[in-house]
Parts: sequence; C-alpha cells; structure tokens
Amino acid sequence: MWWFISPRIVFGEDSLEQLSSIEGKRVLIVTDPVVRKLGMVEIVANELRKEPRAVEVFDQVEAEPSFENVEKVAGVARSFLPDLIVALGGGSCIDAAKAAWVLYERPDLKLDAVSPLTKLGLRKKARLVAISTTFTGSDATWVAVLTDKAHNMKLDYFASRELVPDLSILDPRFVLKLPREATAHIGLDALVHGIEPYVNQWRNDFSDALALHSIRILFEYLPKAFDDPNDLVARQKMQNAATMSGLAAGNAQFGLAHGTGHALGIAFHMSHGLSVAISIPYVIQFSRHAAAERYADIAHVIGIKEESFDEATDRLVERTKDLMVHLKTPLSLREAGISQSGFEQNIDGLVENTGRATVTFVNPRVPDVEEIRKLFVCMYEGKPVDF
Amino acid sequence: MSCDGPLLLTVMGLAKFPSEEWVKLYMEQLNANKNYEEAAKTWEGDFLFIIQADAELKEPSTMYMDLWHGKCRSVALVTPGEDKKAAFVYSGPYGNWKKLINKQIDPIQGLLTGKFKLQGDMAKVLRAVRAAKELVETATKVPTEFA
Repeated sequence: MWWFISPRIVFGEDSLEQLSSIEGKRVLIVTDPVVRKLGMVEIVANELRKEPRAVEVFDQVEAEPSFENVEKVAGVARSFLPDLIVALGGGSCIDAAKAAWVLYERPDLKLDAVSPLTKLGLRKKARLVAISTTFTGSDATWVAVLTDKAHNMKLDYFASRELVPDLSILDPRFVLKLPREATAHIGLDALVHGIEPYVNQWRNDFSDALALHSIRILFEYLPKAFDDPNDLVARQKMQNAATMSGLAAGNAQFGLAHGTGHALGIAFHMSHGLSVAISIPYVIQFSRHAAAERYADIAHVIGIKEESFDEATDRLVERTKDLMVHLKTPLSLREAGISQSGFEQNIDGLVENTGRATVTFVNPRVPDVEEIRKLFVCMYEGKPVDF
Repeated sequence: MSCDGPLLLTVMGLAKFPSEEWVKLYMEQLNANKNYEEAAKTWEGDFLFIIQADAELKEPSTMYMDLWHGKCRSVALVTPGEDKKAAFVYSGPYGNWKKLINKQIDPIQGLLTGKFKLQGDMAKVLRAVRAAKELVETATKVPTEFA
C-alpha cells in the first residue's frame, strides 16, 4: 500500500478570488522581500480583506531557509495566533511556512526531530494555503527542505502527509514577473520533479500519470515561457505542470539528482533549480540501465521516435541538454563557474552529503561512495557517464 | 540415524530465521561488510529486532544487536520474558520480516506504511540511511531458511 496525497487545487485566471471564501479571521502571510516588492502581498491582502480579517505579514523568508529563519516565522505566528497561514512565494517561502506551521502547532518539537513517522496533529490552530509565485511544486509536496547550518546539510526528511497544504492557488498573474533565469532554473527543477519519480523505486500509477503529463507540458512550454515572459498561456501551463510534477515527486519521492543538487547547494550556494538541472543529464546516464524502459517512456512522450531503450535514452539526454542550452543554463559545474580548486576542496563534502541524502536511496540505481565521486567528476568536467 | 534439524541446516549453510544461529551468521556477515563499516562509522545505538507471531510463526522472537561505530559488538537471541532494553526497537510480523529479507519490502517504506514499527529516534535513523540500507542488504545475504 501507499498513499496519494494532494491539496485542493484551484487554478487559472482569477483563481486567487477563491481566497476570499476561505475561512480564517487571523491570517499570517509568509513571504520574502522580493515578492513583497513586486506588489503581490498587497494583491493577496486585498483579496483577504474582502472579509473582515486581521492580516499580518512576515516578509523575511530567506532562500533555502535555515532553522533559524523558520524559528523567526514561528515566533511571529506564536505572537499573532493565526488561524490561516498563507505561504506566498517560491519553494523557500512555502517550505518555511510549512515548517513554521509545525512549530506553531507543536512548540514541543524540534525541527531536526520531525520525520515522516512523527504524528504532528496539525490543523488544531491553523490551516495552510499555498500561493506559488514560481514553478516550485512545493505547494503539492509532503516535504519541506530546510538548511541545517550547524551540520552543513540539507534536511530532506522533514516530511509528513499532514504537511500538504489545504489549498494550492495557481493564479498565472503571480508567475508573470518571474525573471528569465529563474524561469529557466525553476522550470528545469519542475522537469526533474517529473523525471525522477517516474523512474525511481517508489513510483506508483498515480505519480506515473502526473509525471509523464507534466514532462510533456514542460518540454513544450518551458522554452515558450522563457522566450516570451508575457506569454500567459505558457506561464499557466508551466504553473500547472509544476504542481503536477510536484505531486508526482511528493508522492513517489525524488532521486539522485536531488541528492547531488542539495549537496551542490550546500557547497557552492548554488540555487536549487540550477543544481538539479546540471545534475539530471548525468544522473540519467548513470541510472539508464536500471530504468531503461522508463527513460524510454519519457523519451517517447516528448516525441522521440527511437524504439530501442538505449537510443531513446541517448536522445532524451540530448533533448534535455538542448533544452538547457536554449534556456542558457550551464551543462557542467565548470561551465557554471566553479573553479577547479573549489571543486577539489569541496568534493569530499559533496560525496558525503549526497551519500547520506534519503533521496539517493530511491534512485533506480543506488551509487556507492566511489560512484558518487566519479559522477561529480563527470558533472564537473562535462564528460558523459560511462560506468 | 536421526538428523538434528538446526545442525543439518547449518551443515547445509542455511540458518533458520529467526534463531540464534541466524543472528550470529548475520553478525559475521555484517562485520565483514566494508560498506556498512564505512557508512556506520559514527553510529552508536543498539537494536532489538522483534519478530511478531503471525499465521506462519507461532512464537514471537527477539534478536538483539549491539551496533557501534561500524561494527556489531555482540548479538543474542533474547530469552522470552527477559527485560532487554535497546536504543531502537524495530518490530513487525514474521511475514513482513520474510518479505524484508526477500527484498519485497523497502525498509523505510515499510515503516511509513506501518508494516514495521520503530521505537527510537527515527530522525537519527534517517540521518544514517546508508547504514540502514547496508544493514538490510546484509540481512538479505544471510543464507536463510524460513519457518
């Protein structure tokens, strides 16, 4: 047995209007300074205030939020006592809101002690709405990825079925202003959210359906959204696909590209989207024989005609790289600007962090320590993985 | 000529699960596993593995393993009624243990779906997931005869 958990999702033009009908007299908006500066907080607050409510805003969520950052959000919640939390932003805002919600409802818990086995008992004090302003998919997942600065690692097991938001609002106006580079990197992250659950060990029929369709949409519409930031149709399609792939990954797990991606983020402060994007072609090559038919399925869904699994997977890697080139995304760590000395200084940490990431172990082919090291060398030098 | 059951199995290289012979063989295999030794080099915490009775196994059984810094220092089959304590207790019905050892259940998914229960710091286990996987992988390599 397994589960498939999803928030209620309202999508499309004017979907934000549904917010005014949500119950909640005391609303805490959790967001970051960029989202606030873009005027999105006012749009959301005005919608909320169509009913008599008190609205408080925390706008200091950091990128890749740390425990300390989450504690600050929780502190505001404990003081303001919301009955509705609205996470407005990208993955960092949504993940920070999820984690702070836990601390607000369960002040007895420590962040690094929460695991999928912890019965949280949420929703006694507040409910959670997620309004994504990027293509994160975090509005649909069980997990909140937090940065444990003390141990220099990403906490990837802060997860619970209870953490899935009550409502996800996908209003395309909120992704219109996403800059081109963020569109590229976060869009590629959404693509990886579709690829990894389709091939990994915890896949299921429900995640498969969403993964494949999201991949189809993302290959078609990500270049369009990148080329024309005002293409509302492309932006809406991207938003929907990102939540679909988030549902797939949230319910079937991520994979090795997220293991390496998190490690790169810790070592080089590389954005999450960029780090998993660079990783994915190499991870596909590494994993190919353990999930040959599955990678071929993905290839066929995006129009690749080759019948043999090997050739189809080769074309899939090529198409993914072509997409990355179109999106002006580097294809190797060297191309991303990491120096040789920087890479050598950090390789041990990269290997260690990847080797202990839970997501590494659901990959169709689980690497040993030496294989992880060789994989990173390929990723640095831009060499194909042939082991 | 009569054959002693457990002796015959041991001569054949198979150990009955669960039994003292099995857990001793498991300890030998684990201590020979370099991947486990590396993955668990900082691990501190002993385990009780409780095999609950079900339709296939009439009497429950408990195995003890003292895991420390990449090695297993001692094992024992716990005597019924003995009040043995450990930092972690991993328990489940015999049928699920069979599936685990036959690689039909993922150990983490097994916990998340209630097929096994864990008492102890789950977050600590998740921080050492490579070691946990090597523990299970080693168990699958013990030549095993099921009841």
